[in-house]
Amino acid sequence: MVDLKVKVHNLEFKNPITLASGTCGFAREMTDFFDPSLVGGFFLKGTTLKNRDGNAYPRMAETPSGMLNAVGLQNKGIDYFIENIYPEIIDYDTQLIINVNGSTVEDYIALTEKVNELDKIQGIELNISCPNVKEGGMAFGVSCPSAEMVTREVRKVYDKTLIVKLSPNVTSITDIAQAVEGQGADAVSLVNTFLGMAIEAETRKPKLSTITGGLSGPAIKPIALRMVWQVANAVKIPVIGMGGIMNAADAIEFMLAGASVVQVGTAVFKDPLVALQIIDGVKEYLERHNMNSVEELIGSLQL
Amino acid sequence: MPKKFVAEFVVVENRALNATNFLIKVKAPTLLPEIKPGQFVNVEIHEATDIFLRRPFSVFEVDYEDNTLSMIVKILGKGSGKLTEIKVGSKLSLVYPLGKSFTYPDKDDKILLVGGGSGVAPMLFLAKESGLPISQVDLILGARTSQDHVNVEDYAKYASLHYASEDGSLGEKGFVTQHSVFTTNLKNYTKIYACGPDGMMRAVAKHAKDAEVYCEVSLENLMACGFGVCLCCIEPTKNGNQCVCTDGPVFNINELKW
Repeated sequence: MVDLKVKVHNLEFKNPITLASGTCGFAREMTDFFDPSLVGGFFLKGTTLKNRDGNAYPRMAETPSGMLNAVGLQNKGIDYFIENIYPEIIDYDTQLIINVNGSTVEDYIALTEKVNELDKIQGIELNISCPNVKEGGMAFGVSCPSAEMVTREVRKVYDKTLIVKLSPNVTSITDIAQAVEGQGADAVSLVNTFLGMAIEAETRKPKLSTITGGLSGPAIKPIALRMVWQVANAVKIPVIGMGGIMNAADAIEFMLAGASVVQVGTAVFKDPLVALQIIDGVKEYLERHNMNSVEELIGSLQL
Repeated sequence: MPKKFVAEFVVVENRALNATNFLIKVKAPTLLPEIKPGQFVNVEIHEATDIFLRRPFSVFEVDYEDNTLSMIVKILGKGSGKLTEIKVGSKLSLVYPLGKSFTYPDKDDKILLVGGGSGVAPMLFLAKESGLPISQVDLILGARTSQDHVNVEDYAKYASLHYASEDGSLGEKGFVTQHSVFTTNLKNYTKIYACGPDGMMRAVAKHAKDAEVYCEVSLENLMACGFGVCLCCIEPTKNGNQCVCTDGPVFNINELKW
């Protein structure tokens, strides 16, 4: 029996396959398809202090081997989550990590303090990389001083596992990773979506209401994989990898590159059961390569 | 127990209904759950590298004895075009059943069903499932020409059939929403149901509002997932942004900001 357990700071994952924020709702939506205890965890939908309606329709454009989205963090706010959603998911036997977003540092702090009260949620994913909001979001994640500042201020009020989600829309993602590590981040997750664009030539109009949006799917996988490898070699804290993972082979590649845990995202839209197939595939790979645990796989790229 | 499923179906029929509409019938590997008119399936398009996402289709008919369901696929773009080339015996992956159905009429209702283009499928399904005598079910179908109309004569046993075509080659001339039923006796109906192009449904909704008749429409906003997690297919409603895939696709027009 191979051991699929993996630890990221104080968070124990029963297996390294999780679902990415924005692709699994608040986990309960996925229970229409499968038992949530089967996967390593859920990174819950990006949440803000107050209700956000998100961007206007259209918010999505299909692209070769991927898609652009411009949802813009539509959610009902943290108080709605605590009152109406949290009680429904509190007994799920898996890790639930909430993705937190703010327009200002004060928002991030106020939100984090509320999340800190929730016993079931032992970690947050600090989203400083959403490309689809006008204020905050990615603006914090594309320069070292602002990434450091948000991480430092949130760290002061949060003592559970702090994961910082990084934007790939930067000159050097390793600089940002090291900057947040220096301010006390317990782990980094990468990559969020790449800023992209799609145009409808016949109508001469952009396909998204926001003109630009975030690109995800297999189209970004080689770049995401390269970034995960670079960051894993540049920091001492664990790395959570994502970006176009469609199957077990992709997930294994991210772990070979140094990811302790992976997030499956856009692939869930195509196949809501894909995470379960990936778990089986990773187990089969470990057995075939005579590895006893996932830990042996992480960062074991042969150079 | 799961309520929604992902499975490989087998194509048992793929038949051209006319130049642009195909009937595709698929057999499920396990017993089908109950599927109602207005609900849809999300279909994976094979062997098309530039088609990344699934394509949603309304369910047209369900045969629980044969364990099959069928859909009417109208060629709209590359994805639907590719799907109509599928061979009998091929596998087709479906996510199902998705969305909410139309509200079934009561036994005293007199209903009007309005279908345009590929929106014909759920209207026929609803006519069959309504359980109402034919005298209480009127079905109007609209298309550009008689050539674009899907032959639905079999449905004459479930509804009184009426036609409109833009060139007048079948039924009344003009858009389906210009049909005389809308100008003469709309108040005779207690419920109106519509599925078709956005402009058609907005026009139906306006007629229904003016006549103060209950009306439901089925929207088809662009979607990525089909089960309420991507939040791409949103429709602004009086209850805020709602997901067409899970809060709809069927909406009461009074909820919409039309």
